Amino acid sequence: MDALKLAAGLVFNVETLTVIVVASAFGLFVGAMPGLTATMAAALLVPITFYMDPIPAVAAIIACTAMAITAGDIPGALLRIPGTPASAAYVDDAHGLTRHGKAGLAIGIGICGAAIGGLFGFAVLMFAAPMLARFALNFSSFEYFWLSLLGLSCAVIVSRGGIAKGILSLLLGLFIAQIGLDPLMGQPRFTFGFSELVGGISFIPAMIGMFALAEILRNGRGGVRAERQVPVANPFAGVGQTLNRYRMNLLRGAATGSVIGALPGVGGDLAAWISYSVAKRTSKTPEKFGTGHPEGLVEASATNNAALSSSWIPAMVFGIPGDAVTAIAIGVLFMKGMEPGPQLLTANPHNFYAVLLVFVIANLLLLPFGYLAAKAARHIFKVPKSYLDAAILLFCIVGSYSINNTMFGVLVMLVLGVLAYILQSRDFAIAPIILGIVLGPLVEQSFTTSMTIARGEIVGFFERPIAATLGVVTILTWIVMIARTTDVKRLLRKRKANSG
Amino acid sequence: MKRLTTAALAAIAFLTAGGAAVADYPERPVTVIVPWSAGGGTDATGRIIATMLEERLGQPFNVVNRTGGGGIVGHTAIKDAEPDGYTIGIITTELSMYDAVGSADLTHEDYSLVALYNADPSAVFVKADSDFQTIEDLADAVRTDPQAIQASGANFGGVNHLSWVSMVQGLGLDGGQSNWVPTEGGAPALQLLASGAIDVAVVQFPEAQALLEAGEIRALATLGNEPNPRHPDVPPINEALGVDFAIAGWRGLGGPEGMPEDVVAALTDAMEDILASDSFRSQMGQLNYGVVWAGGADFADYLENRAEAFGAAISSAGIGQ
Repeated sequence: MDALKLAAGLVFNVETLTVIVVASAFGLFVGAMPGLTATMAAALLVPITFYMDPIPAVAAIIACTAMAITAGDIPGALLRIPGTPASAAYVDDAHGLTRHGKAGLAIGIGICGAAIGGLFGFAVLMFAAPMLARFALNFSSFEYFWLSLLGLSCAVIVSRGGIAKGILSLLLGLFIAQIGLDPLMGQPRFTFGFSELVGGISFIPAMIGMFALAEILRNGRGGVRAERQVPVANPFAGVGQTLNRYRMNLLRGAATGSVIGALPGVGGDLAAWISYSVAKRTSKTPEKFGTGHPEGLVEASATNNAALSSSWIPAMVFGIPGDAVTAIAIGVLFMKGMEPGPQLLTANPHNFYAVLLVFVIANLLLLPFGYLAAKAARHIFKVPKSYLDAAILLFCIVGSYSINNTMFGVLVMLVLGVLAYILQSRDFAIAPIILGIVLGPLVEQSFTTSMTIARGEIVGFFERPIAATLGVVTILTWIVMIARTTDVKRLLRKRKANSG
Repeated sequence: MKRLTTAALAAIAFLTAGGAAVADYPERPVTVIVPWSAGGGTDATGRIIATMLEERLGQPFNVVNRTGGGGIVGHTAIKDAEPDGYTIGIITTELSMYDAVGSADLTHEDYSLVALYNADPSAVFVKADSDFQTIEDLADAVRTDPQAIQASGANFGGVNHLSWVSMVQGLGLDGGQSNWVPTEGGAPALQLLASGAIDVAVVQFPEAQALLEAGEIRALATLGNEPNPRHPDVPPINEALGVDFAIAGWRGLGGPEGMPEDVVAALTDAMEDILASDSFRSQMGQLNYGVVWAGGADFADYLENRAEAFGAAISSAGIGQ
């Protein structure tokens, strides 16, 4: 209890609170700008944290990234430019709501779902961090392999346009992920001697192109016409009602996020996809998913921020960073003499509790800041669509340029954008392509690593208990998926008729 | 009007006069290319260097991450930049390896070498409940059957892999016989070690620090000739097994070949000043990175030496072309 009081003293002072508010505002700005990422925001903050006390320094990174990731949902809802691979899972529903004139509701659900998920994640951090960290340590490449396959299967299940087209989309994404140096042996693949291609296709320009540019092209097809713009209403109107209606989804989403998020490396990206597909599977109206239905949106956005909180668990307890943001945060922790490790929880628990309190404040700040952002976004919709699209195109170009500061990113964005436009007009889902690009390297790496460890024996994939469980679940998912497709059903019926 | 013209002329005269003087580099912002992504050790140390160069030379030093291709993309960007001193970059261990591995046509001779600022040997770790109590136990097991010991710590041909190969070689075995499990880097390898999937992890101390303190893993030996100052109990490999070691990860500052000598000298002087400063040492110390200084020609000798050691390990591992 004393530690908690001490922690409160560390956090509730003018300096720390000011830092949190300023870093949040910065994160909000970066997150709401299409193409600028939470990683970038955190990296830019690092030199500034040199001059701060330990707690404000860590608070700056936490507040800024939590805000940036949630704010990334705003351009997702309004412009169909998802901020992170995780938000690509539900961008069609968020944007669908906007097209139905419910932009306020879309943003409101995103913000409130995120805040609730984040607070849930805080509770998990508070009570179960060491336990969850120990659990996450059991995951080797075998478990990661199955988990990433399960994630990919989820992307296919939730995709619109049928399973066959979903699988084709996914394979296209996996192919794009193959371009560049093979991650383990360093062999160049599909690079044709271009040094730019050696670096591979990074997913941010791909994501911007496939969602935003494709959308602009689709708008443009109808020619320039005066389209009625949708107003952004009070973002919190009707949100409580919606969240209450889908409260089970909210809880389940937050729980899923807390557990999967704790797995270093995959957590954040995968969790939202898995929970979105769970929401669709268990929904009474799965056919509405992807058209602007709040159910999946509620569950997945809660998952997203819960996963964000718990991705700090392996980083803080064992110094194993899950992604670039937590890697940067570990650097700051080291720099400030708060070395990650179990002693962070035992020797100096007030520091740990202070970090937790920062999580709470950052997640609560999502509400007012998100409200302001949504209010400001209202002005965007006073601009005629054709002008707005021109501005979005500009953002697409700047965003994809800024990833690596090269024109190559812009080229990737243009090529994949046109490709996505063509695929979409033929009813192919785009989301599986994105997940293929994000998870492709992980599937490949965990497979190669596992095969090396098992010395080529495929049985190795079922020898460890968690791996075996995940493997069986994945294979069962495939069987159910295939059995449900209409072709197989027809085939079975024919057999029955023939034999009967 | 006339006064304005005079003022403008005076300003121009002042600026051109300033431009001619050597001491005035840099006159405009300098780009510092980091060939690795934000969040890694090169990024973290590179940003410290950039901030401190900015303080000393009075112009912004902007860090730009040019990632991908195992550092090839960024290293190529540094090499291909205009050699005017306004695009420089952090060069890293991989530069000692590209040529021998055959992955890219890049060597330290393609750069104007400013200064080495960091070098860290790797160390050998096992899981806490491992049967190997000392490095001798592990060495015996490797001698009996090098294939049976699964080690990891980086991609195939990465610095930790080569350290392991060098150690196996030092035990009188063919380095190519060792069994290396490729991973993306230190963190995933430690995850594999802690989950019990592999026997040995070869990574650097800062990466393993937290797991070490949690009692999940143990350190058997430092793969260098001196003990790590923070872990004096872990024996250096030459002491424990009599194996000599020249492989270590390093980081330095460089620019494209053919940069004006006075510009390189100005940067080297600034780096020398930075490395001597308490604030640099304390920041590097807190991040647990070793500070090692070698400026100009010394840096070139150092890299020449590394190129040979890495070349030998690479051909022994059977990776080279």
